[in-house]
Amino acid sequence: MRLSLLLVLLLAACASPPPPPKDDSLYRGLGELPGITRIVEGMLLNAARNPRITHHFDDVDIERLRDKLVEQFCVEAGGPCEYSGDSMEESHKGLNIDRGDFNALVEDLIDAMAAEGVAVPVQNRLLARLAAMRGQIIGR
Amino acid sequence: MCTRLIVFLCGLLPALAGAEQGRLLATGGATSIDGAAGGGILPWAVIAGYGEEGEWGGSSFLTRVETGDYRLDVGGLALSYGNRVELSYARQRFDLGTLARDLNLPDNSLSQDILGLKLRLFGDLIYDRLPQVSLGIEHKRQRDFRVPGLVGAERDEDSEAYLAASRLLLGGAFGYNLLLSGNLRYSRANELGLLGFGGDRRDKHSVLKEGAIAVLLNPRWVVGVEYREKPDNLGFAGESDWSDLFVGYFPNKHLSVVLAYARLGEIAGLDNQDGVYLSLQGSF
Repeated sequence: MRLSLLLVLLLAACASPPPPPKDDSLYRGLGELPGITRIVEGMLLNAARNPRITHHFDDVDIERLRDKLVEQFCVEAGGPCEYSGDSMEESHKGLNIDRGDFNALVEDLIDAMAAEGVAVPVQNRLLARLAAMRGQIIGR
Repeated sequence: MCTRLIVFLCGLLPALAGAEQGRLLATGGATSIDGAAGGGILPWAVIAGYGEEGEWGGSSFLTRVETGDYRLDVGGLALSYGNRVELSYARQRFDLGTLARDLNLPDNSLSQDILGLKLRLFGDLIYDRLPQVSLGIEHKRQRDFRVPGLVGAERDEDSEAYLAASRLLLGGAFGYNLLLSGNLRYSRANELGLLGFGGDRRDKHSVLKEGAIAVLLNPRWVVGVEYREKPDNLGFAGESDWSDLFVGYFPNKHLSVVLAYARLGEIAGLDNQDGVYLSLQGSF
C-alpha cells in the first residue's frame, strides 16, 4: 500500500518536474535592480579613479559595460534578468588582466557595496559568485 | 639600537611602496613571533606584504608579549616577491624578570635571531581549487646560551621546517569570511629556541601541530584563535602548548595592529603565564 503510494508520487513527480524554487535572496539583499545598478556604477566610478586599472577602460563603451554588468550581477544574484553580453573569456580577450588587476576591481566593488550599505555577508555571497569566474578573466 | 632601526624602517616602508600591492587587504596577514607572515604565535601559509605576480612586497613589525613574570619583545623585517617567496628576519628578546631575580641567574634576558624562508608551493588563499600551501624553513641562533646550557639544552643553533596550509572561505562563517590555517612543524626548539635546541629529556625533532581559525567581520577587522603544540625536551621544567585569542585591525595596506590574549602556560618552571600580546606591522 505504502509502496504503491510512493510509486504514484514518483510517477507524478516524473510527469511534471517542478521547477526548482529560485533563490533570489541575494538579489533582494543587493537592493534588486536599482541597488545593483548603483553598485555597478559605484564600482565603475571607483575603477575609473583607480590608477592600477583605469587604463583597461580607455576604449570601452562604459554605458554598454554598465548595462551588461548589471545584467550579469542580476543573474548571478538569482534575479529575473538575462545576460546578453559576451562570455567572460571573450569580453576580456587581449586585455591582459593580471591577478592584481582582478583584485583591484574586487576592492572597487567592495567599496561600492559598502557605500550602498550592503551587509557584509551579502557582499561575500556576491564576491564568492564572481570569484569563481576569475580563471575565465585573468591572463586573456 | 636595533629597535630604533626597525621603527625607522617601519616608517620608511610605505614610502618605498611605489609597489603595486595587487593583493586584497589583510591577505598578507600580520607577522608571527617567528618573523614569518601569519597570525600571532604561528605562521600561516600567506606570503608577507601585498605583492602579487611580478610585484615586491614586504613588512616590518614590533611585538610585545607581557605575562607578568616575563616579557618577550620581537622585531623584524620580511621581503617577498611575486606572492611566491618570503625572506624574513626577526630578533627575539625574552626578559626573564622574576626568574632572574629569584635565582640569581647570570643573564636576565635571552635573545635569538631567526632567519626564515617561506615558499608558496601551490594553491591560493582565496581563488584556486586548492588551499594555499607553503613550506617554511627557519634557522635560529640563540645568543645567550649560558642559562639554556645550565638547564640542559644541547645546542644554541638549529634549523626547523614547517608545512602550512591556509584557506579563506568566502562567507564560510554564517556569511562572514572564514580563515582556516594549519601547520605541521618539525622542530626541537625549546620555548621557540630561547632555551636552546634539544635537551636532556629528548634531543630529536618532533612533529608539532599548529592551527588557527579566524573570522573577518569585514575587510578590516578579524578575530580568531590559534593553537601551537610545543615539544618538551628539557628535564628541569615542563613546556606548555600555547594558544591565543586575537583581534586584528587592518585599516589599510600599510598598517595593521593585532591585540591578543595569550595563554603560554608553564615557562621555565613558572606556571600560568597568561598575558597580553600587542603587535604593530608596517607593510607594502
